[in-house]
Amino acid sequence: MENLNSYLIVSAVLFSIGTIGVLTRKNAIVIFMCIELMLNAVNLTFVAFSRYLGNLDGQIFVFFIMTVAAAEAAVGLALIIAFFNNKDSIDVTDVNLMKW
Amino acid sequence: METIFFLIITLVAIISAILVVTCKNPINSALSLIMTFFCLATYYVMLDAPFMAAVQVMVYAGAIMVLMVFTIMLLNIRVDASKKHSHKLIIGSIMGFFTLLDLGYVIVKSRAALPTGPFSGDMIKQLGHTELIGREIFTSFLLPFEITSILLLTAIVGAVILAKKKI
Repeated sequence: MENLNSYLIVSAVLFSIGTIGVLTRKNAIVIFMCIELMLNAVNLTFVAFSRYLGNLDGQIFVFFIMTVAAAEAAVGLALIIAFFNNKDSIDVTDVNLMKW
Repeated sequence: METIFFLIITLVAIISAILVVTCKNPINSALSLIMTFFCLATYYVMLDAPFMAAVQVMVYAGAIMVLMVFTIMLLNIRVDASKKHSHKLIIGSIMGFFTLLDLGYVIVKSRAALPTGPFSGDMIKQLGHTELIGREIFTSFLLPFEITSILLLTAIVGAVILAKKKI
């Protein structure tokens, strides 16, 4: 097994790239994919720590995170499609009905 | 040998993660994201968690990404290069960089606790990872497991309601 720190660093880099994507992109689906990237970075941390500590709880957590991600994908993509039907666009800057 | 393999996988994972953020076409982003998921599955195998790797490939690279690609193709959005980034590009990049600094600081400054649990690599190989995960999930984590099913039910109902013609 590699050193625990190397996995943590990879995970931190992936998480930061996902953060930059969420903050800079306008396409709602791409923002969605960046959120998935961040969730996966956290999953990697969980599995690495689980292996390092010799405790399987972290991997069960990854299981639950995957479930939440699947639910999030289903509802989020339905929201995006509903928004597209109303506005003909999936730019997050067009989500401005409640803007004062 | 394993270090070199780890470095190659890391390179591929980070490059494809950067491509997810920078590609103009959402389809290309989706394919890069699938590549990243496969790299993460490889990490899970290297961490003695083959069941997690299988689930990663099936659920993430299979189900969720198929849903995403399906949505992208269903909506058929024109790629508008001039409107790709918001004007918050610099601020967003700085925030992301500070996130990285923060995480790096935590990693460098902190010390992980010593290994305490009973599961070593040999034991996982001997008993089988799937069996160990199954035992944990149906004994210690039974209640969260059941609550997960309620979450999935809620998601199904929500998706069906949102997909109606008139909201």
